[in-house]
Amino acid sequence: MSADAAPVNRPAIADEAAIKSFTMNFGPQHPAAHGVLRLVLEMDGEVIERADPHIGLLHRGTEKLIEYKTYIQATPYFDRLDYVSPMSQEHAFALAVEKLMGITPPPRAQYIRVMYAEITRILNHLLNLTAFALDVGAITPLLWGFEEREKLMEFYERASGARLHANYFRPGGVHQDLGPGLLEDIAAFCEQFPKRVDDLERLLTENRIFKQRTVDIGRMTREQAIDWGFSGPMLRASGVPWDLRKAQPYDAYGEMDFDIPIGKNGDCWDRYLVRMEEMRQSLRIIRQCIDNMPAGPHMVDDRKVAPPPRTEMKSSMEALIHHFKLYTEGYHVPAGETYTAVEAPKGEFGVYVVADGSNRPYRCKIRAPGYAFLQSTDFVSRGHMLADVVAIIGSMDIVFGEIDR
Amino acid sequence: MTQPLEAVGEKVAAAFPQDVLHRALALDELMVTVRREAIVRVLQFLRDDRDCRFDVLVDICGVDYPERPERFEVVYNLLSLTHNQRIRLKVNTDEQSPVPSATPVYSAAGWFERECWDMLGVYFADHPDLRRILTDYGFEGHPLRKDFPLTGYVEVRYDEEQKRVVYEPVKLKQEFRSFDFLSPWEGMNTILPGDEKAGGEGSP
Repeated sequence: MSADAAPVNRPAIADEAAIKSFTMNFGPQHPAAHGVLRLVLEMDGEVIERADPHIGLLHRGTEKLIEYKTYIQATPYFDRLDYVSPMSQEHAFALAVEKLMGITPPPRAQYIRVMYAEITRILNHLLNLTAFALDVGAITPLLWGFEEREKLMEFYERASGARLHANYFRPGGVHQDLGPGLLEDIAAFCEQFPKRVDDLERLLTENRIFKQRTVDIGRMTREQAIDWGFSGPMLRASGVPWDLRKAQPYDAYGEMDFDIPIGKNGDCWDRYLVRMEEMRQSLRIIRQCIDNMPAGPHMVDDRKVAPPPRTEMKSSMEALIHHFKLYTEGYHVPAGETYTAVEAPKGEFGVYVVADGSNRPYRCKIRAPGYAFLQSTDFVSRGHMLADVVAIIGSMDIVFGEIDR
Repeated sequence: MTQPLEAVGEKVAAAFPQDVLHRALALDELMVTVRREAIVRVLQFLRDDRDCRFDVLVDICGVDYPERPERFEVVYNLLSLTHNQRIRLKVNTDEQSPVPSATPVYSAAGWFERECWDMLGVYFADHPDLRRILTDYGFEGHPLRKDFPLTGYVEVRYDEEQKRVVYEPVKLKQEFRSFDFLSPWEGMNTILPGDEKAGGEGSP
């Protein structure tokens, strides 16, 4: 790199333009690469001329594995895609299977799902926003954010038994009913959390360094964002008021009252602002779910889809047989195909399931929002400085579990 | 004016009478199968027509049906933000015949087509950068094909002597097991040996 060390007899560079662009390897073990992203950057000095993301280092063949599993066994794979927002992805799969089977979960299950989907959104945004801040130089938000995430993961654990890989949303409802006192504790969390968001905002939103690193960086216009298949906060930051929770409401979202924040400029700062506001809106939805939580079953009352309660299995032969058949053979999903999408925290997360009438999906294509975002890295980062690529990737909310699948 | 999905299907069929091979409305989702050669024109029409405006290419994926003469189905999922509708376009192809690339119409198509090529071996003509994307550098085969084994062909390990990662044929520590839990009363239609005269399928 150092030009001074060049041999003395080297011909002098006559023309500035003769300097060749050089290629730089960014990642795959780089803390700002958010996992295992390998970026091959062609640089002209410190300006990006071309960015070529190499992905697939976390490819686990999820889609192939799902083809060899029954529908119930396939659900846990969805936790492991975007491991920052597990339940939202189970949600998509559960809705797809329910659509194919023509079943509707009971109201309580729908409310629990919506509530946990929104908890997941806060969980995701807390990680993304604070890690993004870390990428551009602020360490404190991450530490604060993780404290709150810990509380949310405790709610995960109390409902499903697992902090991360919940496997809680199942086709037909949710696996278990909420434990006693859980709703009260979530309500208590909703009381104190807005103050934490305020704290974060005070640290970041008008922070001079943060704004210098994010304002006008990675701008996407409305048309460009649509052309590149953006969704979720990335699309909304570019000024498109589009949210599947409003446009194509699923589960109990139709009964909820919330607003969709949109950005104006489509730069990294707007994406940050949109996500910040989304956390507050998620709190609104969670509060409404707690206030209006209906009583009743948490799973459809169909022993061919939902497992019998444990107590019943101790005394009823029928229940034992149902349990055994459900967890070995599973249920048969009528032949058909569906593309079902949910508004995951990152954007539109969809599953395209082709069922052939057997107990296993014939094909299950997972549409991850981050895949489309990362694809645009080349387009977005051209002409930016190297340090801006870090900000752009941070603002895209990249998680490799879902991109590589 | 938002038109019902059926009308969208009819409109596409009317605009491309020769190219639309099949259309169906199932589970409130519209599926249109078109001729391979016409896919770019149809996509362009669906994106630009003011009654359609399917301006987001949500996803492209492939499905493998080995028993069909044209074994692959390439599925395009489109979304219209204006009309809040979805449509699913399908194209059939085989290992040899290339599908015209959708990249001129949608920038987002690039990686989706790369993935489809990588996973299934569907070739896209005029794609600007048709490299593998998810599999390893130097990978051979297309893993999502139904005839590709779940365990794959090679496995990697770090070799202490050569001080590098080496590729070796897969050696399974235990036999690969694919459990078939299908109920023999509902699922089985094979004829047991010595039972041929009983009448085959469905006989008690």
